[in-house]
Amino acid sequence: MADHDWQASKTRFLQVSDLPSNASVVVIGAGIVGNSVVGHLAELGWRDIVQIDKGPLPNPGGSTGHASNFIFPVDHNKEMAMLTLDSQRQYEEMGVNVTCGGIEVARTEERMEELRRRMSSAKNWDMEAHLVTPAEIKELVPFINEEILIGGCYFPTVSAVDSLRAGTIFRERATGLAALRTMANTEILDIETDRSRVVAVVTDKGRIEAEYVVIACGVWSPRIARMAGASIPLTPAVHQMIDVGPIPILQDSGKELAFPIVRDMDTFMYERQTSGSMEVGSYAHRPIFHSPDEIPSLAEARLSPTELPFTEDDFDPQLEDALELMPEILSQAEIKYAINGLLSLTPDAMPLIGETVEVRNLWSAAAIWIKEGPGTGRAVAEWMTNGYPELDPHASDIARFYPYARTEHHIRARCAEHFNKTYGIVHPREQWASERNKRLSPAHSRTADLGAVYFEAGGWERPHWYESNAHLVEHYGIEDRPHEWDRRWWSPIQNAEHLAMRDRVGLVDLAPFVIFDFTGPGVLDYIQTMTVNNADVAVGRSVYTPLLTRSGGFKADLTILRLGEEHFRVVTGAFDGPRDQHWFRTHLPEDGSVHLADMTSAYTTIGVWGPEARSLLQSMTHHDLANDAFPYGSTQAVAFGSINARLFRISYVGELGWEVYVAAEAGGPMWDRLWEAGQDFGVTAVGAGVYGTTGRLEKGYRLMGAELESEYNPVEAGLARPKVKEHEFIGKEAYLAARDEEPAAILCTLTMEDHLSPRDGIKRYPTGREPITTPDGGRITDRKGRPSYVTTAGAGPSVGKFLLLAYLPPEHAVVGNVLSVMYMNELYPVKVAVAGSTPLFDPDDKRMKG
Amino acid sequence: MSGVFVFVEHDSGSPSETSLQAVALAGALTEVSAVTIGNCAIGGVERHVVIEHPLLSDHAPEAAGEALAQLCQARSLDAVLASGTERGNEIMAHLAAILDLPLAAMVTEIRPSGDDWELTRVRWGGSLLEEARLSAPLKLATVAPHAVEAAVRSEEVDAEVFEPELSDELVRTRVVERVTVSEGVTLSTAPVVVSGGRGVGSPEGFRVLEDLAGLLGGAVGCSRVVTNNGWRPHSDQVGQTGTRVAPNLYIACGISGAIQHWVGMMASKNVLAINNDPEAPMVTRADYAVIGDLHPILEAVVAEVRRRTGV
Amino acid sequence: MRILVCVKRVPAPGARIALTEDRQAVDARHLPFTVSPHEECAVEEAVRIKEGHGGTVVVMTLGPAEAEEQLRYAISTGADEAVLLATDGSDWDPQATASTLTEGVRDLELAGDPFDLILFGNESADAGGYQVGIRVAHALGRPVISGIKGLEIEDQTLVARRETDAGFEVYRLPLPAVVAVKEGINLPRYPTLPSRLRAKKAEVATSQPTGRPGGLAMLRLDTPPEAESSTTILGRGPEAAPAIADLLEELGLL
Repeated sequence: MADHDWQASKTRFLQVSDLPSNASVVVIGAGIVGNSVVGHLAELGWRDIVQIDKGPLPNPGGSTGHASNFIFPVDHNKEMAMLTLDSQRQYEEMGVNVTCGGIEVARTEERMEELRRRMSSAKNWDMEAHLVTPAEIKELVPFINEEILIGGCYFPTVSAVDSLRAGTIFRERATGLAALRTMANTEILDIETDRSRVVAVVTDKGRIEAEYVVIACGVWSPRIARMAGASIPLTPAVHQMIDVGPIPILQDSGKELAFPIVRDMDTFMYERQTSGSMEVGSYAHRPIFHSPDEIPSLAEARLSPTELPFTEDDFDPQLEDALELMPEILSQAEIKYAINGLLSLTPDAMPLIGETVEVRNLWSAAAIWIKEGPGTGRAVAEWMTNGYPELDPHASDIARFYPYARTEHHIRARCAEHFNKTYGIVHPREQWASERNKRLSPAHSRTADLGAVYFEAGGWERPHWYESNAHLVEHYGIEDRPHEWDRRWWSPIQNAEHLAMRDRVGLVDLAPFVIFDFTGPGVLDYIQTMTVNNADVAVGRSVYTPLLTRSGGFKADLTILRLGEEHFRVVTGAFDGPRDQHWFRTHLPEDGSVHLADMTSAYTTIGVWGPEARSLLQSMTHHDLANDAFPYGSTQAVAFGSINARLFRISYVGELGWEVYVAAEAGGPMWDRLWEAGQDFGVTAVGAGVYGTTGRLEKGYRLMGAELESEYNPVEAGLARPKVKEHEFIGKEAYLAARDEEPAAILCTLTMEDHLSPRDGIKRYPTGREPITTPDGGRITDRKGRPSYVTTAGAGPSVGKFLLLAYLPPEHAVVGNVLSVMYMNELYPVKVAVAGSTPLFDPDDKRMKG
Repeated sequence: MSGVFVFVEHDSGSPSETSLQAVALAGALTEVSAVTIGNCAIGGVERHVVIEHPLLSDHAPEAAGEALAQLCQARSLDAVLASGTERGNEIMAHLAAILDLPLAAMVTEIRPSGDDWELTRVRWGGSLLEEARLSAPLKLATVAPHAVEAAVRSEEVDAEVFEPELSDELVRTRVVERVTVSEGVTLSTAPVVVSGGRGVGSPEGFRVLEDLAGLLGGAVGCSRVVTNNGWRPHSDQVGQTGTRVAPNLYIACGISGAIQHWVGMMASKNVLAINNDPEAPMVTRADYAVIGDLHPILEAVVAEVRRRTGV
Repeated sequence: MRILVCVKRVPAPGARIALTEDRQAVDARHLPFTVSPHEECAVEEAVRIKEGHGGTVVVMTLGPAEAEEQLRYAISTGADEAVLLATDGSDWDPQATASTLTEGVRDLELAGDPFDLILFGNESADAGGYQVGIRVAHALGRPVISGIKGLEIEDQTLVARRETDAGFEVYRLPLPAVVAVKEGINLPRYPTLPSRLRAKKAEVATSQPTGRPGGLAMLRLDTPPEAESSTTILGRGPEAAPAIADLLEELGLL
């Protein structure tokens, strides 16, 4: 009998470790991310999921195992805030979320202002937040030294979670649906591909054929992706923490978390109770990076592969800050545990999710922290299931990076720069200091001579304004902004350039434009399938069109030129180029009937706009540029002397003019000739401050990633055309449905009616992403639950108003309706100027089309 | 080689197992003489020298080292070996210090090479081996316990007595008092050791380990993390810096198997690992394993043992 | 009481020790370093004696420049002064180590008061030579006892206890003396934030001794062959209890 039992149990054990030979999807990694992904995939109906981890369960030794596990849901970034909120809800539903509250404390006035900004973000995403005085902080955290604080922001919903337990629950749910087999202690040796499509995963216990593979193994992800020839641009980086205890007041609480978690933002540290001791973590030390190939194995690591030896010299300066904040409890307790914990950093500090751009069906779910784990897992699973997730993953999409940004050099440089900004005060317009001057326009030396101040666009140096235009500020009487924050990364010159362009003519360096040429016998059918608006136009004509997700939200927004019967040229913005390219590429017909060529580096573009634009260009060529010969929206090949150019009559700033495309090598000479000829017409070099903000705002033009996102549709954005084309296209069904119902929100242009701060009487200018509220500060949401907030804010120099774009529910989207914008926790009156897409400036487009 | 002396420890006249292992290792090289402090029955050696001195009637390491040094000076020897026990290592270190000669501790293999010895010795309590060269006119070494099989006992040889001249001052490092603590089964002699690691979770978590050890007439052991957490006294610690054990069965409960611990119990005849993690080093190195949470498993085992033994 | 503690910087490995390619050292790229465990207890014991009787604790190490980290750690747990005898990081044999430490002690005693007590760990975690403390004691002509798990100072006498199978044996040594202690003599404290800050600012007296090599030279390191693992899985969870009982019977333990 006993023998029989032995045998039976032995067999069961062997079966469990038996590797299947097939899977619909292999998920690599059993940390919070991999577990969330398998849980959600199973829930969405996937079966034959195999999850693999090199380490043991439930803690395989990755970053999840040593995470601090707390969640501060407030984030200025909507995508991150939503992912975090969803994650917190999922943890709560699993019963592993302990709400303890959290306080961000301020030691400086600058930080206090940042906390006021946090209040606005909290209002946006509907999170409870209160500004608190030092005395109030002391009440919440009796052992804090409130004398060094000037205030704080209290978030009652801050919580701590059990991420290991959550992972186990996710796996159990998937196993309960008979959808999952988890193979622990199994190492990935290779990922096989066939014609850039994933085929199988090879492990030390055998080979598994798989249709899909998801890489969710945190700091190891780049190494695993490389096996398939793909890149996951992250670097393992150190986050130091120490555990200090025992501390009587914490022990006496008898709880894991009796006191709010404190973020000492000005010193880049946090203090979090863990039962009887205090965990002190830091983002203040120097950036310390590791290579995914050099992380020690489980057996060789002292603690775990991602708990590396503590380098105390790096932490020492923080000890004093911690002691100053909590002297009472931290001066006696002992440092019992101290690690250099590894976590994942990306060049822009956002996660890496979505299909890799190099290998079909090879997905990334990496660089995700505990606080956004389950939400991101859900997004990835929805994306794999439905073609796109419910929540717009625009900023997390792994396809967002150009090749240069996937290099280790770039990753490390950018991560080094933003690591200390983890708790930093980052201006919405803030520019990177590292990795600049990597992509230069052919006209760069010319714009530099003109004193261009460059902002980065897709790695390019793009003039934002020109110091040489400073004299125009006085000429036009442009008012400066009195508050340093509002003036930061801004210049009154931008407004002056705007007016000069509208008066005469401006030259805009548009080198960062992303250009794709599509050719081949299947091209018309393909382009029609991708676009909402009819692209079957005459050769030499163009179409401006959104691309939609299957559920009818915006995926892209771009212009298409028909250059031949079987030749279409797509022009899109620098910030969306790689994402758009991936979207186009993954939808190319399998039969090879359409060819995509990235021509971005072949051409450069110069915008020539303003009332004198035609006179200027006509003075340089015999080609007839008159309205009849060269109507709005058309494109023609034009020679300027021996420079062959393609002119496209279009404008994003609402002026007469053309985009001038020339071969990259002719870009410099073309700029010179335009500049020279332009002198007679009062030409002004105009920066992207006009092109991207003031010019477009006055015209109510929408921008992908600001107004246009997958959670809104063309009807709401005011971009629906009167008719819908016959041809099928992605998102058509949803688009038709959206046209049949009243929109839940309407994109409006609002004007700011009073700039004076109620608090100190200083004129203030919002930067974007502020809540639009009822006049008395009440939150506005539409019937889909989406809040109204500023998508873009900027000056309208020609209309004499400061302009804001925002989606408003129909009852508020009424011209003349007065609402408020909440900026730095203060309310300012705003008025609806336009409901829909009618331009505020030149509503009939006479200037542009005349 | 003209001869190797092996310092043999004995317990009231009966040589220790590990000393006989040292005799065996030396015997593979050359003819071996045994040297003991106080008389003891010993066979399998060429000669037996008994050191006698009133100071040495109880453990006096400094005096013992001095006595051995005088013996070395009185005889022409190639080497002196001892077992790498606490006392063996200690006395040999005194001897080496007095003679200012190198000492190779914890040797597992000796390969004469010209005038030198090439040897293998253990580091990290046995997790690493070191190849080393010992160059000295008189070689001194201790033999790692259980590196070789003990010499087979054969006919006793007659003992000759050596009386060293020891200064009275050396009484300063002699045992002055002996305290017996009767705690029943000791960790180092128990036939079964039920040992717990981090996985036990708390001091209270050890109760079921105590129950099982009690039923089996064994002792409770623990890993270093347990003593560091203050869950058990250091005297229960098995490992490189704790007690070395060699029971018939070692039951490792929730112990992952870090080197520090492994070297303290690797001499066990049988190892049973109970662990959540089927790939924990302790599990993969054990003879037997049960996968799962240790508490329900041990409770079930206690119940089963009670049922079978009727206790 | 003026007490000297000699410590050694050693890596703290996990479940497997990796070697460098040339097999001359442990691959410690990803390993933390600590004071060898017995010596950590020696520092704690010295600090406790100081706390009980007053005095000064000096900690000394022979090792690479990085060993300063261990000296500062010792200061952060209560030592007062630190001395680094800096090497190039190569492996010094016990004779060279002991003679250099002896020189170090003599220098310190020439410059200041003699030590009443010098503490060592019983053996280092890595090399395990079991002899350095004893050699230093002989060179200084002081009594030494090793393997100690209990220490008390009574007037000018040191009462030391050593564990045996049956209980413990007691030694009484006149001061000044040398003692090699073993882990278990105490539970060492951890640094506090203020003590760590103090240690960071402490001065470490550094010198570069030239050791005379002894007669034991390390040639290379090796990993012992892993015994062919053939683990018999008796089962999973509490259902395995009968199988365990069977095993106990088979081994004659029931």
